[in-house]
Amino acid sequence: MRYVWVTIKREIGAYFSTPLAYVFICIFLGLSGALTFFVGNFFERGQADLNSFFNFHPWLYLFLIPAVSMRLWAEERKTGTVELLLTLPMPIWAVVIGKYLAAWSFIAIALVFTFPLWITVNYLGEPDNGVIFASYIGSLVMAGGYLAIGSCLSAVTKNQVIAFIISAVVCFLFLMSGVELVQSFFQGWAPDFVLDTIRGLSFLTHFNVITRGVIDLRDVVYFASLIGVFLYVNTAIVDLTRGA
Amino acid sequence: MSGPDEMISIQGLTKRFDALTAVDNITFTVKRGEVLGFLGPNGAGKSTTMKMVTGYLPITSGTASVCGFDVENQALESRHHVGYLPEGAPLYGDMTTEAFLGFIAEVRGFAGEEKKRRIHLAVQRLGLEPVFNRPIETLSKGFKRRVGFAQAILHDPEVLILDEPTDGLDPNQKFQVRELIKTMAADKAIVISTHILEEVTAVCTRAVIIAHGKLVFDGTPEALASRSPTRHLDDVFRELTTKH
Repeated sequence: MRYVWVTIKREIGAYFSTPLAYVFICIFLGLSGALTFFVGNFFERGQADLNSFFNFHPWLYLFLIPAVSMRLWAEERKTGTVELLLTLPMPIWAVVIGKYLAAWSFIAIALVFTFPLWITVNYLGEPDNGVIFASYIGSLVMAGGYLAIGSCLSAVTKNQVIAFIISAVVCFLFLMSGVELVQSFFQGWAPDFVLDTIRGLSFLTHFNVITRGVIDLRDVVYFASLIGVFLYVNTAIVDLTRGA
Repeated sequence: MSGPDEMISIQGLTKRFDALTAVDNITFTVKRGEVLGFLGPNGAGKSTTMKMVTGYLPITSGTASVCGFDVENQALESRHHVGYLPEGAPLYGDMTTEAFLGFIAEVRGFAGEEKKRRIHLAVQRLGLEPVFNRPIETLSKGFKRRVGFAQAILHDPEVLILDEPTDGLDPNQKFQVRELIKTMAADKAIVISTHILEEVTAVCTRAVIIAHGKLVFDGTPEALASRSPTRHLDDVFRELTTKH
């Protein structure tokens, strides 16, 4: 556990000692605000809720999270510091989890900074704050899912650009698997249980349930196992690519 | 089979990368108080051997142990006893010297006053005071190498493995590092890889030469020099490493 904590401290320090943290937080706040007001028609809808804010999160995360996760392992391999890291007396899983939790906390910080929107909607009307709270949790958990995929794929390559693109594509597949476009591709020839399985893998399906204010055990188990599987594979990849 | 003073024990160590045999059945031990100069032309397998002993590269066959701990099956225990300066001294460029040594100290299990004392001692030994608060990426090559060295000796390890520790240093810094190695030699087992032959006579008590992954010489620097009628190390080195 100590190793996880030491890794988290180092990683968080790295975010804030470079412009990465500030650029990411500014872009995240700017984009999520712009989408909420101009595309989501926050005012015109005349509804006291934050749906126009949360609806864009799956799409925003699609490229912002791979931008955070791409450096996690690819950079270590490129600069050779992975050799230093893996010859210290720390188990690989502790470093994988430490790096992951640091990145996740960092995204949580960015998400916390959107609180003026929550205040605004309370000032303008009487929203269901329970639903908004659940949506925040859902958004953070979904970000965790994207991040686990990104962290895992970052370990595959030394090249951060490749890590970014592969992560974005895989995240996109997970996001879209519940959408009509993908479903119709399988409809007609694939058996129903395949369709259901593919639909069940979709971020969007699970996220939409949570943003309605329902935190269902199935959705929690879904995201938790997704994160678990990808971090497990991540550890295996780091172990197997030692010295490569 | 290994005596109490055998700090590093390498038995039939072999590393194959597909068809290439980088390290071919090497056996030697290093005792406390020895400074072993690990020599060989570039690509002979010096770094590969060191990477296996420090647990970074998986071993193809044979065994290596540090202070009686197998480097693969008791990886974390063996790493506690090793200080390692990887080739090229990879470091986290975004951290300051202070933050970086602090991270290493915490990984090594030091906290509070003990952590401060350890860092202070390492900084003093390597003359890092002028760059203590500077980001590592802004340092000269010589200082970077010394930060890497400081990181390796922070926990006062019983075994020091230094991959080209004086590479990129000016003559004064080389002298300083060699003096440091000599002062630490009494109670440690030290392995330094180098292709600077004067270094062997300057600091080493024993020389091991490998060529094409095979051990071709193991003995004192004097014995090495006496092999040549000219008593020039360069001549012996060339003769030993090119006759294949």
